[in-house]
Amino acid sequence: MIGLLATAEGGFSGEYVQAAAGTAIDFAWLIPVVPAVSAAVLLLFGRRIGKVSAAIAITAVGFSATLSTAVFLQLAAAPEDARNVVLVVAEWLPIGSFQVDWALLVDPLSGVMLLLVTWVGLLIHIYSLGYMDGDDLYTRFFAYLNLFVASMLVLVLGGSLLVLFVGWELVGLSSYLLIGFWFSERANATAAKKAFIVNRVGDVGFMIAMFLVFSALGSLSFADVLPRVDEIAAGTAVAIGVLLLIGATGKSAQIPLFVWLPDAMAGPTPVSALIHAATMVTAGVYLIARMSPLYAAIHDAALFDVGLLVAWVGALTALLTALIACAQNDLKKILAYSTISQLGYMFVAVGLGLQAAAIFHLLTHGFFKALLFLAAGSVMHALHEETDVWKMGGLRRAMPVTFATSAVGTLAIAGVPFFAGFYSKEKVLVAALETPGAELIWVIGAVVAALTAFYMSRWFFLIFLGDSRVPEGIHPHESPPSMTLPLVVLAVGSVLGGFIGVRPLSYATFWSLEGGFLFDWLAPAVQSFVGEELFFNELLAGLIVIAMSALGIATAYVLYLRPTDIVAVRERLGWLYQAMFRKFYVDELYERTIAEPGELMAEGMAVFDERGIDGVVNGLGTGTRDLAQIGRRAQTGLVRSYALAVLFGTLLISALFLGGTLLGR
Amino acid sequence: MSGVPIGWYIALSAVLFTTGLVGVLVRRSVVVMFMCIELMLNSVNLALITFSRLHGNLDGQVLSFFVIVVAAAEVTVGLALIVNMFRLMGSTDADHADRLRS
Amino acid sequence: MILLAQAIPQIPWAALSPELALFGVGILVLLLETAGDRRVAASAAVAGLLSGGGLLAIVQLDQVILPALVILAALTQLALTYVWQRRPRVLSALLSALGLLATMGLVAWQWVVVSDGGLVQPQSVLADMVAVDGVALFTRVIVCSAALITIPLGWMYLEDRRVHRAEYYPLLLFSAVGMNLLASSADLIMVFIAVEVLSLGLYVMSGFATRDLTSQESAFKYFLLGAFSSAILLYGIALTYGVTGSTNIAEAGRALTLAGGSALTLAAMGLLLVGFAFKTALVPFHMWTPDVYQGAPTPVTGFMAAGTKAAAFAAFIRVFVGAFAPLEWSWVPVIWTLAVITMLGGAILAVVQTDVKRMLGYSAIAHAGYAAIGLLSVNAAGVGGMLFYLLVYAMMSVGAFGVLSLIERRQQRAVQIADLRGLWRRNPVPTIMLGLFLFSLAGIPGTAGFMAKLAVFRAGLQADQVALVIVAVISSVIAAFFYLRVTVAMIIEDEPDDLAREAPAVLTIGAQAGLALTAAAVVVLGVIPGAVVELSASAASLVR
Repeated sequence: MIGLLATAEGGFSGEYVQAAAGTAIDFAWLIPVVPAVSAAVLLLFGRRIGKVSAAIAITAVGFSATLSTAVFLQLAAAPEDARNVVLVVAEWLPIGSFQVDWALLVDPLSGVMLLLVTWVGLLIHIYSLGYMDGDDLYTRFFAYLNLFVASMLVLVLGGSLLVLFVGWELVGLSSYLLIGFWFSERANATAAKKAFIVNRVGDVGFMIAMFLVFSALGSLSFADVLPRVDEIAAGTAVAIGVLLLIGATGKSAQIPLFVWLPDAMAGPTPVSALIHAATMVTAGVYLIARMSPLYAAIHDAALFDVGLLVAWVGALTALLTALIACAQNDLKKILAYSTISQLGYMFVAVGLGLQAAAIFHLLTHGFFKALLFLAAGSVMHALHEETDVWKMGGLRRAMPVTFATSAVGTLAIAGVPFFAGFYSKEKVLVAALETPGAELIWVIGAVVAALTAFYMSRWFFLIFLGDSRVPEGIHPHESPPSMTLPLVVLAVGSVLGGFIGVRPLSYATFWSLEGGFLFDWLAPAVQSFVGEELFFNELLAGLIVIAMSALGIATAYVLYLRPTDIVAVRERLGWLYQAMFRKFYVDELYERTIAEPGELMAEGMAVFDERGIDGVVNGLGTGTRDLAQIGRRAQTGLVRSYALAVLFGTLLISALFLGGTLLGR
Repeated sequence: MSGVPIGWYIALSAVLFTTGLVGVLVRRSVVVMFMCIELMLNSVNLALITFSRLHGNLDGQVLSFFVIVVAAAEVTVGLALIVNMFRLMGSTDADHADRLRS
Repeated sequence: MILLAQAIPQIPWAALSPELALFGVGILVLLLETAGDRRVAASAAVAGLLSGGGLLAIVQLDQVILPALVILAALTQLALTYVWQRRPRVLSALLSALGLLATMGLVAWQWVVVSDGGLVQPQSVLADMVAVDGVALFTRVIVCSAALITIPLGWMYLEDRRVHRAEYYPLLLFSAVGMNLLASSADLIMVFIAVEVLSLGLYVMSGFATRDLTSQESAFKYFLLGAFSSAILLYGIALTYGVTGSTNIAEAGRALTLAGGSALTLAAMGLLLVGFAFKTALVPFHMWTPDVYQGAPTPVTGFMAAGTKAAAFAAFIRVFVGAFAPLEWSWVPVIWTLAVITMLGGAILAVVQTDVKRMLGYSAIAHAGYAAIGLLSVNAAGVGGMLFYLLVYAMMSVGAFGVLSLIERRQQRAVQIADLRGLWRRNPVPTIMLGLFLFSLAGIPGTAGFMAKLAVFRAGLQADQVALVIVAVISSVIAAFFYLRVTVAMIIEDEPDDLAREAPAVLTIGAQAGLALTAAAVVVLGVIPGAVVELSASAASLVR
């Protein structure tokens, strides 16, 4: 395999260099700091600043975006073995052997993430100008957006697990502020709380993993840890891998911690686009890609391949949430489940060891999903916050720009050839195709591709095509330029974005592990460990996936776009018409074979969602509560019972001392 | 001291201490509870002086003086608190003071 | 004359100077309060005496710096008394604050000297009574800064409750003296006296609102249980003395180690443990904590939580990590069990509370459990981490209770979580501060609470206490629930109409300064804790 050789030659170097003074990278710390300062200024003086606040916020993010680009270009100009740059900003905890600095790691991986976060962040800031216009908490919204971008940048740039964790927590915190933004609605506060708590569950995994890494290697800095992952005992390494996976499932909304994301749609739409499509939810993927040498070491040790577990978590999540997405009627919830499903793809790739494919899909998904969310926001804006897709339809005339850009987004996510999503999805599936033991994952992936094409086409057809079902009295209109401009930019990205991962017109870089620019670029930063055994012809596999996507779109077309001229068709076709009228009995078939089981499944999932995962989350809550009630009963308020507790404690201590003596000696 | 083995002093001190401890737990009158605590302190004094004698140094006796002084200070503060509570609640029953709970 | 000089016991003045200075200021404040209209005369008399003594010392003893400082202090207090002779409360508060600052200055001086070598002359009478080492000095700093910030907060609160009486400041200073002394006790006699001095002051301060039944009840409960537990502690001291023949902590430790695990040894250690566990509020000796914290005047609660915990843990370190370290096998499992049930119990019980002060009381219990991890590490990293934790906790606790006292002041009653709804709209600055303290208590990165947790967890891991650290992580996740609940109420929920009509609270300048200081400490220690962490680490290495 040429591709694999290429990755092996330029593979993870494990060499880190210090940043040279005076260069763009040396100022990389300004990238998160400037939006953070802007957020602080807006929060403190927001009332006095008023409308200018948006300008400040956008300037701050614009600065970060420009500087990120400069950093990226400098990185690209550097020789390949000097692209992992460590930048120590300040000493943080300089005690003895334990040294954690405010260190940043600028490498190819964080470089591309920087570009994504800052530029998509900038577009969403601009979009919010129009979307949030007239909201009385305008200033605070921009402050929170800035804060979020700053936190995400800390996460991406973090040079050690600890700094990354700081960003991780700050991202959770600021997203919690943003989801709960319109806090007059009780549901938002609950959703915000749920997001926060589920994330905390994941954080426990992350924290314990961090402790284990520290106790194994005595350091948390990536530059120390990543080249030395071989030194970790195999069992510990597996534990760390699984714990990091738990952390990642929390942030990236994978099984079993995905419940918070659909609820989090309660927040303003630009927030959904920024947080729940392009940035925060990808943090889990980023984390596992960042720790790829660890997963490679686990893979080689062959004790228990955590990577495969990651891939399975991703595949099952993708399948499950794609099925749920087919049965949703809320335009944002469809996108939310779709996001989880696409994140599942990324987990598949990163778990199977082709991190570049995961990052590739992460980037293209960042474009087209942000686009779709912003388009959804534009539609909601036009229809007075309507979210039911059955009350839309025929909006293509009223909203031409939104329509056209949504079409691009839908084609991209549906995996239609020559759009960005097509290439990145192929790469993900090729990873499954080349890994022995992942055959079933490939099959699931192909099915999910069909489902994705189906539900996204359904989404698109119901909103923009067909007859208008918009209630009387609402006159949809196109959104202001500040909202449509980001749509257009993202649409361009959704078309052309694919070419960062493949070489145009090159068969070799297409249906194989070898990739275009992005794959070579990421090679020094991640340790690929993908298999190299085909179990199926690549070209044929690719064509099957295309066919699956086409099937999905066609099904949606048949089901949701009726033929218009019914009478003429009936006369001409006779019995065939009957069949066609009943959509070849597909409705019934669908009803019986897909919808009913699907609904059952969705209902089952809803029950599982409520009883199972919510149940666990709430159960932790109620369990704690019940325990507390017992403890509460002991707290009688009577001083004598407190004295009795002291006596009891004394007896307990005596018993422990006695027991310790008997056992310990 | 001669004639009575040292163990007996310690035993007496332990008995007094336990009496005081049980008294705090079972009596409801605040004043009696307080007296029981004083009893506990004095049983410690007995133990301290016995040990002082046993070891032949003065540390224990010094400490027992301090205990006496501290007990006096505690009485001052404690009785003031109890009197004020009685003025507010009209009772010296410890179980009546249960506004703060759960 | 020579004979007389020999007969007068040599006392390690330098070692005890912080306590002496603080105690002197306390007496002075008390004297000026009782002198009433003749306070200038009384002040002049004190100034005359001190200056005379100082001059005599300069002439006779050839010492300049110390007497000169004494004279300066004497004249300063005279000047202040003259200026504020009609406003005794201002005078008391100022003198107390200056006294605390002077004490911290003395501590700083001691730190410099201790880093070079000893302070305590071995021949002096109290030589083995006090230990002037890093642990003592660091704890003194914690106690004094907590007391310093409590002065303006208490001023605001007491004025508002119309219970601003003269004894507040001397009582605060005396209990600070007790805490300082407890932190530096090297002898069990000293431990007992210090515990009593700090407790007696706090008993009275808890019941400072004499007409308020809850305040009285909290004082009464604190007093009765405190006296009960010190009796048990005292019995432990007596038994230790009985087994070892010495009350000196280090000697007793050596003798106990020789005695090995005899029943009496274990009983002695157990009873000592009860006494300390009561003061640090480890489960199941915690029952008094929520009641007392809820009922006591709010700034007093903050001071009590911060200072007592710091001092008692310092004594805990000295006795267990210092003297009883060879007996580690016997007491580590015991305290381990207490720490686990403390961390879980405190966090779980806090979840169901509706009264904010009470909730913070339970959270204080959980925090004592986290600090105990440092103890259980039985190494220098653990001691250093714990000292840092106690400092951070002091700042968070004084700050959080300070903001609460402000809100209480506005409402004129105890604060329920429901009362905090929509606080953001009315009082943005206190909301941000309280939110900051709560986030820090919850251990969110970027705040001091996170760094502090990290410090003790790290020490725990170094000592292979992995299970303990995992329990701590779980406990802090549970704890996040209730800190979050308050924050949600403050920022996200709507305020009810009856609250919305109330006027925003106004802070006095002193209280503003105090709260700003704690908030700044929480942020600075969260972002750039390096210097202070190093300081705490070097304090841990200076253990005598």
